[in-house]
Amino acid sequence: MLTANTPQNTDTQQQTLRYWLHPDDQKTILHCIEHYRDARAASIDALKTVQQRHGWVPDEAIPAIAEILGISSADVEGVATFYNMIFRQPVGRHVIKICDSIGCFLTGYEDIASAVQQQLGIAYGETTADGRFTLLPISCLGNCDKGPSLMIDQDTYGPVTVTDIPDLLERYI
Amino acid sequence: MNTITTSAETHPLTWRVSHLKDKPLDLNTYETLEGFAALRQVLKTMSPIEVQTNVKKAGLRGRGGAGFPTGTKWSFLPMGDKAPDQKYLVCNADEMEPGTFKDRFLMEKIPHLLIEGMIISGYALQASKGYIFIRGEFVDAARRLQQAITEAKAAGYLGTNILESGFNMELFVHTGAGRYICGEETALINSLEGRRANPRTKPPFPQVSGLWGKPTVVNNVETLANIPAIMFRGSDWYRNLSNSKDAGTKLYGVSGRAKRPGLWELPMGVTGQEILEEYAGGMQKGLKLMCWLPGGASTDFLLPEHLQLAMDYDSIAKAGSRMGTGLMMVVDDKQNIVSVVRNLEQFCARESCGWCTPCRDGLPWVVKTLQAIERGEGQAGDIELLQQTAKFLLAGTTFCAHGPGAGAPLGSALRLFKSAFEQGIK
Repeated sequence: MLTANTPQNTDTQQQTLRYWLHPDDQKTILHCIEHYRDARAASIDALKTVQQRHGWVPDEAIPAIAEILGISSADVEGVATFYNMIFRQPVGRHVIKICDSIGCFLTGYEDIASAVQQQLGIAYGETTADGRFTLLPISCLGNCDKGPSLMIDQDTYGPVTVTDIPDLLERYI
Repeated sequence: MNTITTSAETHPLTWRVSHLKDKPLDLNTYETLEGFAALRQVLKTMSPIEVQTNVKKAGLRGRGGAGFPTGTKWSFLPMGDKAPDQKYLVCNADEMEPGTFKDRFLMEKIPHLLIEGMIISGYALQASKGYIFIRGEFVDAARRLQQAITEAKAAGYLGTNILESGFNMELFVHTGAGRYICGEETALINSLEGRRANPRTKPPFPQVSGLWGKPTVVNNVETLANIPAIMFRGSDWYRNLSNSKDAGTKLYGVSGRAKRPGLWELPMGVTGQEILEEYAGGMQKGLKLMCWLPGGASTDFLLPEHLQLAMDYDSIAKAGSRMGTGLMMVVDDKQNIVSVVRNLEQFCARESCGWCTPCRDGLPWVVKTLQAIERGEGQAGDIELLQQTAKFLLAGTTFCAHGPGAGAPLGSALRLFKSAFEQGIK
């Protein structure tokens, strides 16, 4: 895999890498870089920008981001695989994250998780056959006085009861 | 938050909340409620060192969990002509300590309070750039902070020559992408630089070499939110708000199966009893308190008798635990303590950054052993193994505080509830 820092890269090759990214995403990433002393700091912003467009971070995005930030692909991949909110494989249109930390454990998140799994017919880490939902566990959402809590995409819900689940899922087509 | 009568004189953090109508305070409303009055006063009448001295005198201690005196933390930052030209102030808004939901509240409801606190602190430290490192899941809070920064900039509270004082400051919201370890201040700095969030070795401390190798102070949201009131009403006033020798008020909370879980700003040093009974309404019907964590997953379990203690740093430390974030997690008598500890250790194992062995290898082992005990399939020697691992996780054997944090609930549960664990041994 080509990296931006290898000296034999020609300008054309570098352009090929960078121009895999959507022009708007390039613009967003370049804007983020201005907030920092060093472009590398925008790596999470860049990954999020790509994910916003594609739903996940495809392989081709890694060297493209590396090129625009002036760091190696290995460094970008290292960041992408460290953080749990960055997806390196495709996910469903909506991602359900069920909090399984202590506040939600004490208030019964396990029943909620079972109800969701049963309704959707998937386990943690899986995506429904129609590509609508991916189910993941998540660490404490900082919503502990309203446990059990869960997030669907960017929305946080709590306290959630088993009977809330069907209506809740209906909101996400 | 449950209704309690608040006033500017008694509730520096939350008195403005009663003026909200289901939306965060915008700049105009904030200004009519003494907003940015502290900043005006500071820039007109105080030198940066005077601000630092006042924070020290106020006795403010870090609200992120460690309780380190804020003024002392600041005093390690180089000041004056010989200081590097670029210094940074970073707000730690990576709230993910299980059982903790106070910073989310402050940022969602009163974003301008944090902004004002950061500008005053930035002036005190002569740090012309500030970053708010906020966890990725706090979508609303991040949006509201961004909005507040835009408003503050337009009004001249941020940017160049703030209120004609000659002081310049820029603030940025940096959203994270998950991982509890980002709350460790040196891991946070690595993450902010766009690296994997592994903690850094200390020394050098961030005040000497932090973000991009420059002097950096990292403070928690609640800590910084206290700064405007300390400046506006004075350090003596702030000290006197408290019931104990630790100054000020604290955002206390209760979660678990209490009647009314919630969050309340109360004088530092109220008892756990008062928080649980008066504010959270006691335990739910039919449940009794078995034990509690005073301030997050990384604190030692305490017993019901410890509810009589003042919730301040020293009193809770004397009882063998830590006040941590000060948000209590109550465990009722219908819970299986082995399962509770297993859940806490699962969190710690998952959130280990993988850098050093006790945490990376030890914690999954702890989880497996606890799962076996839960199933009644524990082996002879398992309890000794858990006790030994809890020791291996103590400070001095690990690179950062994550390991000791994981050891706290494990070690204390083994001490307090040993027979429950023994029942799971074949």
